[in-house]
This record gives sequence, structure tokens and C-alpha cells, in this order.
Amino acid sequence: MDKILDVKNLGVSFHTYAGEVKAVRGINFYLNRGEALALVGESGCGKTVTAKSLMCLNPMPPAEIKDGSSIEYNGQEVLEMSKDELRAFRGAEISMVFQDPMTSLNPTMKIGDQIAESLTTHMKLNKKEALDKAVQMLERVGIPEAEERINSYPHEFSGGMRQRVMIAIALACNPRILIADEPTTALDVTIQAQVLELLKELQNEMGTSIILVTHDLGVVANFADRIHVMYAGKIVEKGTTRDIFYRGEHPYTWALLSSVPDLYAENRKKLYSLEGTPPDLLLPLEGCPFASRCKYCMQICREKMPPKTDINESHSVSCWLKHPSAPKVEKPHILRRDV
Amino acid sequence: MLKYTLKRLLYMVLTLFIVITITFFLIHAIPGDPLSSLARNLPAQVKENFYAKYGLNKSVPEQYVMFLKNLCHGDFGESLKFPGRGVADIIEKHAPISARLGLQAITIGVIVGIVLGIVAAFKRNRWPDHLVMFIAILGVCLPSFVLAALLQYVLSVKFELFPTAGWGTGKHTVLPTIALCFGSVATYARYMRSSVLDVINQDYILTAKSKGISNFNLIWKHVIRNAIIPAITILAPQIAGIFGGSFVIESIFAIPGLGSNLVDAVNNRDYTVIMGLTIFYCALYIVSLLMVDILYGVVDPRVRVSEEVAE
Repeated sequence: MDKILDVKNLGVSFHTYAGEVKAVRGINFYLNRGEALALVGESGCGKTVTAKSLMCLNPMPPAEIKDGSSIEYNGQEVLEMSKDELRAFRGAEISMVFQDPMTSLNPTMKIGDQIAESLTTHMKLNKKEALDKAVQMLERVGIPEAEERINSYPHEFSGGMRQRVMIAIALACNPRILIADEPTTALDVTIQAQVLELLKELQNEMGTSIILVTHDLGVVANFADRIHVMYAGKIVEKGTTRDIFYRGEHPYTWALLSSVPDLYAENRKKLYSLEGTPPDLLLPLEGCPFASRCKYCMQICREKMPPKTDINESHSVSCWLKHPSAPKVEKPHILRRDV
Repeated sequence: MLKYTLKRLLYMVLTLFIVITITFFLIHAIPGDPLSSLARNLPAQVKENFYAKYGLNKSVPEQYVMFLKNLCHGDFGESLKFPGRGVADIIEKHAPISARLGLQAITIGVIVGIVLGIVAAFKRNRWPDHLVMFIAILGVCLPSFVLAALLQYVLSVKFELFPTAGWGTGKHTVLPTIALCFGSVATYARYMRSSVLDVINQDYILTAKSKGISNFNLIWKHVIRNAIIPAITILAPQIAGIFGGSFVIESIFAIPGLGSNLVDAVNNRDYTVIMGLTIFYCALYIVSLLMVDILYGVVDPRVRVSEEVAE
């Protein structure tokens, strides 16, 4: 496996009137060729900011990439690219599908033109060739009568179809990396599964690497190879999908897993919900950011940030419970289930 | 689409009829009449004949019916103050002058306003933005007649670049056009600025950026194309504003346009001329509203659909 993307010590802050909001606080991760990686966490934990940073799409100012951050794509430093290099990079090498398909398409531009636009820019196709390719892409993402539909406007499409169009736009130039930022959050549950299946299919077919950003662990179970759990701008637990689902170690991971509705749950109790909100990112963080919501919280959790503990070569966690002298706690029921 | 067009035409005629009726009764409610100054010293019998000639001895409703009857035959009548001058002739002779001034003003006003607004939005909070907003505030606060006098003083009296007043060459149109369009420039600049700033923050702009397209395409096809839609909405009130402003500007610059004729007619209680010109202005405004609506459909594909649904 070779790394296509390597992110080191990425920090992103937003300068607001209230002060500096440290949205992402020094995270490290990499992406292998052809792999699906999921960034999971609740709203406001820095997932989307991280995803946008990979394409330098955060508005600067107010956003600022911290010194010492590094994003390497195929050995090239993304953060040092010139404007022209960045334009050639976006759309051709890396592209993105956004959360809300209802607002992510230009309402005054025909669907075909919106897909053809990146083709004429990056592949140097003429208008006609680009539109032919657009028809192929629409067919590929499962839009019937693609030949006619390229002349439609976004408002003539349903939400699910618009998200398919977004995927067609993102994959038109056959990029090496696709970032899907909550691609199914705004869709009906039945459509969600279809869209994920389509993404998976296209990934296998085109060999694209995918970074899936989501708050829903249920979505990633059959999708991702590896999962990174984010909280308050930090990655608190990394591992393969099996590691996280069967051997998750961080109390926040447990909370996320418990929040997924389960049809086969033996005790028909109320669905678990994690109390409280993530910490205010305007304030300096002392200790573990999750401490105030953690039911296993100890004295040390409020005072010092826990170090990273490696469980095995793919699985690591930042939690004081992994310290040799910490009390042994029983993992919640949700993990021990055999599926 | 045919049904929609017919419906629109019917509404236009109805609007025109309502405006005619209201104007007719309003001007007859003003004390005085067009003949009072002429007929003041005439003997009673002559005076009576004089009034009877123009049908002014009848009751107002009767006059109204008579007026409508003539109108249906396409007869606007002739001026009461200046017998022999037909209302249709007045329009034919003076309307092209007003039309030229009005068209020049609205075109320049809209184009300059839109360009300034876009520049201000892209240079937000820097000096071009502050300059444009200064001009915009000035344009909203400064009445056109004050600006007209200023222009006359500076550009024609001091620097002798343009004629002070009158009509004839293209040079004569420069000052009145500037005075007339300044308000539109200001309104459009402010409107376009906020519209562009609104569009820049839309999700689809982020999508466009993520495609890696050129800055020109981004601004032209994605930002301006969408930002211009709300700007079309205010085109109709702007046209009305230009009509209104032209009355004042034409009299300041001594331009023989329709506006100054209407003002004179109101002062003279010249009923037929007032009615004729009101109908003309009203029809013009209704047609321009229709054109704005059509333009809306051209620019915004979403409107095209709702029109089809309305059928």
C-alpha cells in the first residue's frame, strides 16, 4: 500500500471577533491508494474543516492554516501550491461532494454544462466532447435518459438525483481522491443507501481513494476500510473498521456506537444519546476535551491531555484509561455483540 | 404560454382603465378649469357657448362617458389651452426626446451601477468598496435637481465643457443624462454589492471552486449570472423613477420633452393633455413591467417553469 495523501500536524484556526477558534488542532493521518477512510464525529468537531483544508477551500481569512502543518499529495506539498497549481489540482486530482445537494448546484446553469465545465478545464476537451462525456457520466451515476437530462436545470431534479449529479461532477475528470462531506445527510434513508452503494461501486471501478466525512457510524460500517474518530479538532481514535466496531477503546467511540439505532437490540430501551455539547473551541483546552462528558472521567483527564497509545499497528487511541495504572472498566454492551 | 400571454394582456388593459378612471376624476376634482382664465372677462352667454363647445358644461360623469367614447375611437382630443394642438401630435413630437433621455439614463444607470456594485463586492472593505459606497450614499441622498444645478455650474459654467441647457446635439444630452441616472447608479451599486456578497457565500460557489475552473469563469458564469437575478426585480421601480425624474430634469435643462408638457398641462388644467399623457406614460410603464417579467424568465430558468405551471 502506498500513501497518496499524507497529512501531518494539520492545524486550522478561524479568526473571529470573539477570538481565535481552533477548529483543527494538529491532526495526523494518511490515505492509501484506492482506500476508503472515514472521518467520524459529531457536528463542530472539525471534520468538514479538515476535509476542506485538503483542497485549500477554507476561506482565508478568516481561516488560517497553522505553521508546521503539512499536506502531501504524491510527495507534493499542497499548502505551498501557487494559485494556478491549486486550480490544476482541484477537480483533476482531488474533488469533493458536498453535504446539501439542494444548494450545491448552480441554479442557473444546465446540468450538462456543470459537468462539462471541469472537463473542458482539465482534460482540454472541446464543448461537444465534454458534453458527450457528461452524458456518459450521468448514465454512469444512474440518471435515466441522460441524453436529454443534460439540458435540465438543477430544480428539475430530486435531492437524490442532484447528489448523483454532484458525484458525476466530482468524478468527471477521474480524480485520485474523492472527498465526500456528509454526502447522505440531506437525503432520505432509502436514497442514502443507494448513494453510498453508487460511491462504493465507482470507487472499485475507478480505483479512487475516498475520504468519507460523516457523523453517522451506521453509514461507514460497510463502506470504510479505516475509521478516524474526531473530537474537538483532534483525532481521538484511529483504527480499521473492525478495530473500531469490535474493539473500540475510546469512551467517545463507545458513545457514538451506542447512538446508532439497532433493530435487533434485545432490550427495547430508549435510544442512547450523549449528554452535553463539545467544548467551546474559543477557549484553551486543558486535559482531555471529552472529560466533561465522559462517564469514566478521572482526576488526570481534566489536567493533562492523554498521550496516544498504540493497541496494534493500525489501532491507536488517546485516552487515560489505557494507562497501565488506570482502573479497568467494562466495555459497553454494544461492542461485545457478534455480528 | 398563449393563455398566459392573453391573461397578461387582459390585466394590462384593466390596469390602464383603472388608471384612466382615477386620473379623470382626480383632475376634475381640482378647483379651476382650463377655460377660467380665458373666459374670465367674456359676457355670460359667450362664456356659456365656450364651455358648451368643449362639453365642460355637462356633469363630470357625463364628461367621463364622452371621454371614454372618444378614446375608443382612438381620439385623444386636442389641447384646451392651445386649440389646434392635438394630444397625439404632442406625444409624437415630444416623446422621442424624452425617450432618448430616459433610455440613455436607464441604460447607463443600470450598467454603471451593476459594474460598481460588483467591483465593490469583490474589493470588500478596501478603498474601492468605500468609494463606491460613498457614491451610492451620495446618489441616494442628493436630489436630482440639486445635482443638475451643480453639474450646470461646474461642467458648463466653470469649465464650459457642455451646454448649460437646451436640446439639439448629443452634447446637450450629457448633463441631463448624468443628473437623471445618478439615483439609479446609486441604487444599483448598493443592490448589486449585497447580491454578489450573498452569492459568494452560496454552496454552489464552493462546488465551482472545487472544480478548479478559472477565476473568470467562476465570477462570470457562477457569481454574476446568479447575482443579477434580484437586480432585475428593481428594474421596474427604477424605470418609474426615471419617468418621475424626467419631469424635473427636463424643466431644469429646458428640454422640450413630454415631461415638461405634462407639468404645464397640470398647471393649466388642460384636461385632455393631462389625460392623454397619463395614458401614454401608464401604457409605457405597463409595457416595461411586462418586459421586465420576460427578462426575468430569460435570466432565471426557475421562473420559466413556474410560468408553465401557471397555465
